[in-house]
Amino acid sequence: MSTSRRTPLSEIHEKLGAKMVDFAGFWMPVAYGSIIEEHTAVRERVGMFDVSHMGEFIVTGDGATTFVNDMITNDCSKLGPGGVQYTAMCRENGTVVDDLLVFVLDDREVMLIVNASNIDKDFEHVAARKKPGIELRNVSDDFGLLAVQGPASRDMLKKCSMFQPVLKELDETPYYKGFRFDAGGSEVFVTRTGYTGELGFEIFVPASMAVRAWNEIMETGADSGISPIGLGARDTLRFEASFCLYGHELDDETSPLEAGLDWIVKLKKERFTGDKALREEKANGPRRVLRGFEFEGRNILRQGYEILGDGEVIGKVTSGTFAPTLQKSLCMALIDSAADDAASYSANIRNRSVPVAKSTLPFYKSRAK
Amino acid sequence: MNFDNMRFTKNHEWVAFENGSDVVTVGITDFAAGELGDIVFVELPEIGTTVESMQAIGTIEAVKTVADLYSPVSGVVKEVNGSLEENPDVVNKSPFKDGWFLKIDLEDRAQLDDLMAKSDYDTLVGR
Repeated sequence: MSTSRRTPLSEIHEKLGAKMVDFAGFWMPVAYGSIIEEHTAVRERVGMFDVSHMGEFIVTGDGATTFVNDMITNDCSKLGPGGVQYTAMCRENGTVVDDLLVFVLDDREVMLIVNASNIDKDFEHVAARKKPGIELRNVSDDFGLLAVQGPASRDMLKKCSMFQPVLKELDETPYYKGFRFDAGGSEVFVTRTGYTGELGFEIFVPASMAVRAWNEIMETGADSGISPIGLGARDTLRFEASFCLYGHELDDETSPLEAGLDWIVKLKKERFTGDKALREEKANGPRRVLRGFEFEGRNILRQGYEILGDGEVIGKVTSGTFAPTLQKSLCMALIDSAADDAASYSANIRNRSVPVAKSTLPFYKSRAK
Repeated sequence: MNFDNMRFTKNHEWVAFENGSDVVTVGITDFAAGELGDIVFVELPEIGTTVESMQAIGTIEAVKTVADLYSPVSGVVKEVNGSLEENPDVVNKSPFKDGWFLKIDLEDRAQLDDLMAKSDYDTLVGR
């Protein structure tokens, strides 16, 4: 038996016959059948992911938003209640502790949604910066988190009985906003966010309600062709949309500027953790840059494979796959910025070199807005 | 499926033979296809290539992982399954039949005796 931690839904995945693995210490489904079929279900219809492994922290107190804002690269000071923001949290040297979502619940309460693999590290990082009057709680185990993603997601959720009190909110909540409501005595948070490049919602329910919510959405979604989606398709979907994944495009040695996340680094902010290093890096230009490449063959360029510019090794693949929607072998790679204008590029695939060409990021244009 | 005329390797390849013919068909098992998951590309040797038993002769690319294909026998490649080029997922759907990889003209028929029968293979993979 596995020693991994179970989510409130692990048993459901096992009953559905999913291939299960330990991911970041959690017992998670990779696929219920075919990764490619699950990927297509989300692009064309709707799929549901159990992402209960993600971590949630709640910051409470007067000045909660300011406390968070001083720690992150983006600027959450003007979000207001219901606002959601993608951001990075850096060390003073500018390297990324984690990428995360900030969800402003109200004037005194902010939720941070962090990567499962980084929960302990992040909590320590945030706790070390805690100010008097600020309360910090790790509520990761209190929540089940369901991501419902795909062009049919909104219309399908509107048919679920649990969402009947919030039909207007489902219709009118813009991308990267959220709302909270009372679902029969349980408080539920919903954000219009996701990791697929499609219209979608992420639904935070009390852990004790996760099974009921999952079952209701699966039953209601049957008419819309809903499919449960594992981590395998979660990865191919986010890859096509060219979203960073911590441990791939981002890690303890990478800066957000190297990973192309300039749009979440707000240097106009007076001060935040890592701002000095990032200002200097912005002025001088980052040492590495994240680029997309395509290969005409069908081999997959996998994490760690070398990328060469004019015959010299200039970096490594961070993620790659045979993109199911785009039907191309694609990869993202961190390369030396000095080699960003090389005349030709190649990749080392398992003891042989193949030509590759730059491909504009994002590979797949998000339809989430 | 007639498994009586099939032999298996610990690398999860199968060999199907017919009495009176030195040409065998080679593929990977249902267990291997299931473990690899969605197969997106199979790279096979060219027709006429001489292959050695246990030699890496091809590559199987699946979404989550890549694996070498080892030749279960020694001989000469007579035919490759061209339909895998367009539809590599056939290996997942029909590993023992439509998802075959290649046909090899055996150098020596006795080498089949070194391979496992289905029941031994099932034991190996815990079935």
